[in-house]
Order: sequence, then C-alpha cells, then structure tokens
Amino acid sequence: MPETSATIQLLSPEGRLVENAANEELHALVRELDEGQLRRFHRDMAVTRRFDVEAANLQRQGQMGLWVPSFGQEAAQVGSAYARRQQDHVFPSYREHAVALVNGIDLVDIIELLRGNTHGGWDPKQHNNFHLYTLVIGSQALHAHGYAMGIGLDGAHGSGDVERDEAVIVYFGDGATSQGDVSEAFVFAASYNSPQVFFLQNNHWAISVPVERQSRTPLYLRSTGFGIPAMQIDGNDVLASWAATRQSMDAARTGQGPRFIEALTYRIGAHTSSDDPTKYRDGADVDAWRAKDPIARFETYLRGLGTEESFFEEVREEADAIAADARRRTMEMVGPPASVIFDHVYTDPHPLMAEQKAWLERYEASYGENA
Amino acid sequence: MSTELTGQQSLPLAKAINAGLRQAMLDDEKVLLLGEDIGPLGGVFRVTEGLHAEFGGNRVLDTPLAESGIIGSAIGLAMRGYRPVCEIQFDGFIYPGFDQITSQLAKLTNRHQGSQAFPVVIRVPYGGHIGAVEHHQESPEAYFAHTAGLRVLSPSTPHDGYWMIQEAIRSNDPVMFFEPKSRYWPKGVVDFDANRTPTHASRVVRTGTDVTVVGHGAMVSVLLQAAEIAEQEGTSIEVVDLRSLSPVDYAPLVASVSKTGRLVVAQEAPQHVSLGSEIAATIAERCYYSLEAPVLRVSGFDTPFPPAKVESIYLPDADRVLEAVDRALAY
Repeated sequence: MPETSATIQLLSPEGRLVENAANEELHALVRELDEGQLRRFHRDMAVTRRFDVEAANLQRQGQMGLWVPSFGQEAAQVGSAYARRQQDHVFPSYREHAVALVNGIDLVDIIELLRGNTHGGWDPKQHNNFHLYTLVIGSQALHAHGYAMGIGLDGAHGSGDVERDEAVIVYFGDGATSQGDVSEAFVFAASYNSPQVFFLQNNHWAISVPVERQSRTPLYLRSTGFGIPAMQIDGNDVLASWAATRQSMDAARTGQGPRFIEALTYRIGAHTSSDDPTKYRDGADVDAWRAKDPIARFETYLRGLGTEESFFEEVREEADAIAADARRRTMEMVGPPASVIFDHVYTDPHPLMAEQKAWLERYEASYGENA
Repeated sequence: MSTELTGQQSLPLAKAINAGLRQAMLDDEKVLLLGEDIGPLGGVFRVTEGLHAEFGGNRVLDTPLAESGIIGSAIGLAMRGYRPVCEIQFDGFIYPGFDQITSQLAKLTNRHQGSQAFPVVIRVPYGGHIGAVEHHQESPEAYFAHTAGLRVLSPSTPHDGYWMIQEAIRSNDPVMFFEPKSRYWPKGVVDFDANRTPTHASRVVRTGTDVTVVGHGAMVSVLLQAAEIAEQEGTSIEVVDLRSLSPVDYAPLVASVSKTGRLVVAQEAPQHVSLGSEIAATIAERCYYSLEAPVLRVSGFDTPFPPAKVESIYLPDADRVLEAVDRALAY
C-alpha cells in the first residue's frame, strides 16, 4: 500500500526537511524540540535496533522460543513514544520494543516474556504507565478505551491544560484493523468522546498476508466513518511521528475526542523468528523500504544540523554495551519457581489454588533428593 | 423503594438484585453499571430500574451494542480504579464477549503478577422456562467455571440475589454472576439485616436422609418441589444449593452424601462435560466408601436448546429428578 497524497512527511528519506502547507503546523511543533531531544530520538532508535538484532541472535541460539523483531519500525515507535506526556497511559501490542525503551522498560524483561519466564514482565504503575504487551490481536484497543473512558468519567481531561489533562495511546498493527475489537473500540471511543489516540503501525504484513488483504482502501480512512479524525504519516519519519502524535494526544486530552494515526512503515524482518518471509514476499519490496530506513535518514538530518561523528560513535558503543549486557543477563537467566503457576491467578484467596499448590509441593517432595 | 433497607421484605429476585446493586453503588462510588438498555429503560428485565435516575448517566451507562466492547472497556475501567458491573442482556449473547472474558479478563490478574486487580462483575440472565426465542434460554455457565481466573456465582433466591451481588462486587476478582431469569418474578423474603455469608458457600436448603440432590439457580426450586412430592411418597430428600459454581464448596455436599449415601446432580445445561459431571466425579472420589449408588446426573439433552414449545420436555422437571432418585434408591 503506497503513500498517498495525504501522507504527512516532515523528513524525506534523503534526510531533508519537507515543508509545505499541509505539514506547517507539525513543523511548528518540531521547532520546540531542542537538540538533546533530537539526539535522544536517534539514540533510542539505534539502541532498539541493536538490541533487536542481538535478541534475534539469542533466539537463534536457543535462548528464546520466539523473537518478535521491531527492525524498521523504530521511527514510528520512538517518535510517538516521546509524544506522550507524563500523566498518559500507553497500551502496546507486542512489537513496541522502542516504545518500551522510551518508557523505561528494561528490554531484557521482553526477553523474559518471550523466553517463557513470565506472561507479563513489568508493573505498568512503576513504569510510566506503559501497560503489558497484549498478544491477542487488537484486544488492547478496548482496554485502552476503558481506561480513557475512566479518564472521562473522572473529569481528568478537557480542562485545556495539556500538562494536567490525561489521555491514552494504543498501538496496533494493520492486521488488527480487521479485528472486531478495534472497530468496537472506534465505536466506543467516538460514542463517549474518549481521550484516546489510536496509533496504527501499518508495517504492511500480518505474518504472511499483505495489507491489501486487510483493506482495499487506505487504512487511515477507516476511522473517519466512525467519526474519528485521522491522519496518515510517513512512519519512518521520526519527526512526523512525534509531531502527529503530540498534536493528536493534545487534541484528545483537551476534550476534542479520539484521534487516529496511520503510520506507514515496514516490517523489514520476519513476523517472528518462526516464519520465513522469502516464502511470501518479494525481496525488491524489502529493498525499496530499506532505502527509506528511519535511522539512516534521521542520522543524515542530524549531521546536517552539525551533530558530530563522536555522538554517533558514542551511541554505537552504548548500543553495543546494552546488547552485550542483554546477552549476558539472558545467558544467566534462571526459570521461575513452580509457585508462579498458582500465584496471582486470583487476587483474593482461592481454595483450589491453595489446594493444588500444596499438592504439587507434596508431590515434588515425595521424590526426596531425586526431585 | 425506601432509602433505608432494614428488616425483611418480600421481593422478587429481579428487585432484590436491584436493591443489592443500589446498596453496592451507595457503599462505593467506584461501582459503575455498564450494559445495553440498562439506563432509562432499566434493562430488559428491569434489574437496573431506577438506578439511572438515582445515580445518573456517569454511574449507569448505556453502551453501544457490542459485548466485546463492554467487557474490554470494563477491563480498562478496572485499571483506572473502577468496579464495573456489566450486564449481558441474555445468556446466548455472551459469546461476542467470550474472548475478552476468557483470554483477557480471566488472565490479566495473573499476567500482572499481583500489581493490578480486576474487580469486574458480569451479570448474565440465564436459563430456560420463559418461552423465549433461540439464544435467550441457554445455560453457558460451565464455559466460565472451566476458566481459571474467574469466579462464578448463581443465586437461587431473592435473599441470595440481594446479598450475593454485593459479595460479587466486593470481590477483587472477576465474577460471572448468573441470574436464573425464570426466578426473576416469584417473590421471596429478603432479610436486609442478615449477617454476611461467605461468597463461595454451598448450602443445605432442605434436610433429608435418603438421597441428596444438588443444583443451582432455577434448578433449586425444581429440586425443592421434587423433595416435596417425594416426602408424600415416603422418601426423604436432602437438597443442596450450590450457590457458587467456581470454586465449588464441596464440604456441605460431602457431609450430606456421607449421610445419605446417594447423590443426584441436576442442571438445565447439557450434560456432556458439564458442571454436573465435574461434581459427580468429585463426589465419587471423595465419598467412595459412603456411596450406595453411582452418582446420577439429570441434565438438559446434549442438543441445542430447543424451540420454546418443547422446552418443558428438554428441561429437567421434578419428575425427571424423581426418576433419577428412584434409580439411585434401586441400587
């Protein structure tokens, strides 16, 4: 699904600013960003990509049953992640490693999840309200809606003070747009005017099925029939991602209702380590998207602003160190105790959990030293 | 309805649950009601009647017509600190919300490893005897009793309806609350001054010595009717009301079967892989040396719920229960 005349881009694949009437407001927002913030964009994109490569290798070496690569989607994720404000809540799907990083998640926690040590991995309340990964496609759109609805019931949005008004952002992919839950979330969000931004990363593939099978029309048009204003952005442009999300979140938080962003990006890697993209897609498409790489274009832009080589070298070293640390900690991981089977299935005490946990302990003990 | 509920009142189940919901909303401002047609209309069975007028549209919310949307939104509301009570309009309409209930609501507590509770109640009018069209008379409770992370309750009387809905709302875990809709209208005494009973307690509701019969929801009144008839024929039946379908409180049932030596399990639901089958297996394990006969099951047939004009043949009545009682006694 190619870009359309409506696609908003601030930074071209060649790393040059694109300025026109349609993106003027977003450029104005970007001009508020200082150099430190721009460098953080680069740093977090580069660190995530380096980590992603390391994690994929760890999977191939048997350290995880599965890896879900984020390679290629760093700009859509990092830009939108930085656009949230401190009081906001973030509901990811399961490929949002860069959003996780920006929100202070220890990336090794994602390895714990995909290695089979946990179904969760972090406490959202202790991690900037970055909620748990959701594996069933599209379910989180409704959870995000319920949270946003609660903001509305609490009167915690709509005062016009962007530092105080709350909002929610939910991430999902092009495959999820076919799920009923995403459409139901559109219905509910529009109905209750909930302060919610729907952020679609259209990476063009739902495992082996191209986006054309999900929709014959550009996906950004999807929400408008539900009464939710939408925009389509170049998702490999970190500036467009940040500015579009910042503008949409602030619109939602100040009482203007939900917003929808379609970020056009591309899943350069496989869906997960379990599939083989050469079976279903043309290498030429991948090459064309590699030429629009989000990190390379932003690096060119930063260099044009005068950022020196030493900065990029420092980021490379830091990314390598983070990857090495993730590898070391993965190799040292120990599995959880058997008690995790029963713990926290319920919040209040439950007789079956107590009974079966005690049975398992007796059973294991019956093997004595041979257990 | 008066503001102060004290003493005893004769009420139908629908109004008793209404009073329980109202009390829970008065006790905790985080309690919200969500569902289809539950606002000004008061729900298709009028269980929420008057609550929209009393508490307003921010506490009693008519939702868009989408069950997954209702449950999924309730999950997010729970994360925000609310205690949502969802109404599913009819038993057979719960399936569009099934994924959000079983894959999300039931598992999210575990996924969060204790950092987030999900106090969501899902009220489901269920069961037959009302002559309604397809999808309006089913008994889907076993699907949910089979799902870890959920608690499942079903009151059989107005008194239990008033109290158990409040226990459900007070629970920090998701609760499926199955309301036997054929029992919505008959009146029963509600004691508003009663002491709280444990949420997950089954109860002997009629004592007897020859055979134990157990059931839940609307089946309890059928069992009591059967016991009445049997008494005239010289058979003493002890009736146990399960009340909680997950977890099941087996202690009163084990004590009863240890005394009578015989058990008949009755339910409206189809028999294959049912709650009644689970109870039969458990009692066979726990009461092996007391049993004088195999545990027998009386159920709906293993078919779709039939057209209403033959529901009286499909649904177990007192005669079907007594036929099983006779078989148990013949061993």
